Amino acid sequence: MAGSNLLNGPAAPGGKATSAPLLGRDTEPTLFELSHPGRRAWSFRTTGIPELDIEDLLPREHVRSEPVPLAEVSERDLVAHFTRLSHRQFSVDLGAYPLGSCTMKYNPKVCDAVAALPGLAGVHPAAPASLTQGWLALMVEVEETLCEITGMAAATLQPAAGASGELTGLLLMRAWHQAQGAPRHKVIIPDSAHGTNPASVTLGGYEVVTVPSDARGCVDMEALASVLDEDVAGIMLTNPNTLGLFEEDIAAIAAAVHKVGGLLYYDGANLNAILGVVRPGDMGFDIVHMNLHKTFATPHGGGGPGAGPVAVSERLVPYLPGPRPERVEDGAEGKPTYRWFTPERSIGRMHSWHGNTLVLARALAYILANGGDGLRKVAEIAVLNANWIRQRLSGTFDVPFDRQCMHEVVLSSRNLKQAHGVRALDIAKRLLEEGFHSPTVYFPLIVEEALMIEPTETESPQTLEALARALELIAYEANELPAGSMTEAPRNTPVRRVDEARAARTLIPTFDASARSRPDPS
Amino acid sequence: MGTYIPHTEDEVASMLAFLGLSTIDELFDAVPEALRLQRGLELADGAGEPDVLAHMDAYADRNLARNDRLLCFAGGGAYDHEIPAVTKALAGRSEFVTSYTPYQPEVAQGVLQAMFEFQTLIARLFGLPVANASLYDGASATVEAVNLGVAASGRSTVWVSEGIHPHWRQMLTTCAAGTGHRLRTVNLVDGVTVWPRVEVPSDDQPGVLLVGYPNYLGCLEDIPAARAVCDDTGALLVVATDPVSLGLLKSPGESGADVVVGEGQMFGTALGFGGPYLGLFACAQSHVRRLPGRLVGETVDVEGRRAYVTTLRAREQDIRREKATSNVCTNQTLMAVTAAIQLGWLGTAGLAELALRCARATRYARDALVAIDGVTAYADAPVVREFAVRTPIPADTVVERMADAGFLAGIPLGDQFDQGEHGLLIAVTERRTRDEIDAYVAAFAKAVA
Repeated sequence: MAGSNLLNGPAAPGGKATSAPLLGRDTEPTLFELSHPGRRAWSFRTTGIPELDIEDLLPREHVRSEPVPLAEVSERDLVAHFTRLSHRQFSVDLGAYPLGSCTMKYNPKVCDAVAALPGLAGVHPAAPASLTQGWLALMVEVEETLCEITGMAAATLQPAAGASGELTGLLLMRAWHQAQGAPRHKVIIPDSAHGTNPASVTLGGYEVVTVPSDARGCVDMEALASVLDEDVAGIMLTNPNTLGLFEEDIAAIAAAVHKVGGLLYYDGANLNAILGVVRPGDMGFDIVHMNLHKTFATPHGGGGPGAGPVAVSERLVPYLPGPRPERVEDGAEGKPTYRWFTPERSIGRMHSWHGNTLVLARALAYILANGGDGLRKVAEIAVLNANWIRQRLSGTFDVPFDRQCMHEVVLSSRNLKQAHGVRALDIAKRLLEEGFHSPTVYFPLIVEEALMIEPTETESPQTLEALARALELIAYEANELPAGSMTEAPRNTPVRRVDEARAARTLIPTFDASARSRPDPS
Repeated sequence: MGTYIPHTEDEVASMLAFLGLSTIDELFDAVPEALRLQRGLELADGAGEPDVLAHMDAYADRNLARNDRLLCFAGGGAYDHEIPAVTKALAGRSEFVTSYTPYQPEVAQGVLQAMFEFQTLIARLFGLPVANASLYDGASATVEAVNLGVAASGRSTVWVSEGIHPHWRQMLTTCAAGTGHRLRTVNLVDGVTVWPRVEVPSDDQPGVLLVGYPNYLGCLEDIPAARAVCDDTGALLVVATDPVSLGLLKSPGESGADVVVGEGQMFGTALGFGGPYLGLFACAQSHVRRLPGRLVGETVDVEGRRAYVTTLRAREQDIRREKATSNVCTNQTLMAVTAAIQLGWLGTAGLAELALRCARATRYARDALVAIDGVTAYADAPVVREFAVRTPIPADTVVERMADAGFLAGIPLGDQFDQGEHGLLIAVTERRTRDEIDAYVAAFAKAVA
């Protein structure tokens, strides 16, 4: 069938990492084991400042008796150590990383160059607006751009990650309801929601009310109607949801929630699917957080930094965190200037300074490179790639909600578990051996043995084909090889399956705890 | 225009055919027609890489307060320290930069081991047995510490020293709207916190004491005295610290803190207009199950080799949901890796030397500044690397005039700390030479004359 096999051409899959230099099976010593008394890497500027003794600088009761024992290594050993550690690490730059819900797309290098510009990286955050006009102007462009993409009125750029954006949104919700007379008590979330949603609801001072999904994988409208009342502050939705499905009833959901005076919160984790196609503001959402590290390609950094700006509809603008940057049309020379202001009813502050600003700069560079037309293409190809994977693998794995998906698809390996005892975890570990990062497994919680695959738009057809073949091979092995053989995987990775239970049972959070846990050699 | 999508038109057509579709728009059939955007996004068309760089460089050019043009004497939790080439090179390795949360530990030992080493370094620095794998920044670490303290003590009254960074206190207030914590600000007297006497038991008995060491004005607080208040009241002691100063100072853990937090930007992360930075968090062993954020632990693989994995996961939001200890998921791992590299570069002797150099430069600048007519020290309490002065003219004006002379003079204290717009917070790092400080002091004298 046309398009079923994408490896017909001469191109090899760029996203298959089997040639990675994950050399050897030796354990890498820690920095502390590499330490040798007297070795050093540091050097400082020659300053000519009088060299007072510590006794002349500080009262004795404050001074430590011994230096902090860190490590003593040469620069050469430091470089070798962290370089070897980097060889023990999978990354997007190395190969395809179809980790569902995380949007592990390629991170353009031009954005690294932008973040390193001395005029951006070298600016102190407390410098006055008169000396930081470039940063304020940049932030205003980021805000306006994000508002156009989401269809909202204004945004705060302070939240440092998605979860911080969620809490910001819930505190906005609380402040809004408080101003209407009472903060209300309940926030509704679907059973397919990210775990950060309920955790943020608690921190926002609300009680979680969970609504189930229906047979089509969307919010169960009857169940929703049964929990909606005037004590509901709002609902948090991800659309497309975590099953990769668009909530087709979103207009009806918005109308029902608004009817009882509730607000709609949009979890932007899956915004990549709808760029330029449909906007949360046009769906009826009041509060929207974005994950710039997902949708706008800022690097995930091994687990952060992210950035989680929150955009709101007109009525919530006076409550946004402050200070916010704003443009002042200055008649004098015809050139606008920029200043800080704090909204009238601001909930306060959600960051030490102005947000993860260098991440904002990277995201803006990415948006400029793609342009409005390019962003729509991002969504189109992200959705195309996910659907191709769904279609290709639908005969191999269960597809619990087998209809057109958006940017990601949730498969289930429950058939393999029932027949052969092979779990989603085993499939994830076996896929590592094939040179791909694993999908997200066991999420969303409502799908048994879930394998959540988000290929993103930056993986080529050849890489998709190779990924599909790897998963087909694994399913074949699960069916044909002796039971239990899959649990051996992975075999060619820097370490093999890791004993997580032991880590939790005997907590060793530092090298010092590790040293204590080993038998004394004497 | 820049494009990061590999597909050719033929490939797209072939993939659509496989799906039984004829146009790409059909992929969005589930989106109700009435909701769809009926126009293109009103954004410029895609730009090529040189144009993107030029656009961003124009913004960069409009920032006058960059540390390669204005000599930086501002601090307040963001410091102009040297970032050696080795830290930039290693922290920029794309394996660290373009990976994510280590959900598959078998292919994430690089980040996991770096986190384990980071946790060890911070635990040693703070004098406590457990440190997490980072939070967003100093403010968020402080909020999380207070949440832990309230949960552990079972009491929601929090005594917050006025010497905690004003922005961090603002975030505490913002978040308290959701948690219901009762925050009570305890004022500074001559630069240090004077704790109220409290009858025990009382309705207002604190569950948490929060104090800075050094505090926002650079002053060294009496941590044993704060510990004594905690012992009397059963409150937890949370200390917000400057980790560079700890190169010289006794660690807060050693002085009795239950939780120590701080901003870690100064270990290899650029000023960057305030982010991304690094929230540091360490606690006593007894509170480990309430720890917010990720924690890496040592274990073994099936062959018995040493390995690392995120652990005590049952605390976290993806498993515990509304009962989680925190909502934090993505944190600031790359900045934590950077700090581990930077602390490796500094090492035992280098950190002590760094702190000593900051203290010497600060003393030198402070002595010269308070010799200027009309300029006085805010407090007599000892300082390490930062101090406040009263200026005879508004501090904003000082900063403005000093910028013309080539300096970022410091941070005006505004209406905080009873300065009446005449307070200026000044930090002097190891990057400042004697000549630079002399020039700064001369310009300062001229600015306030």
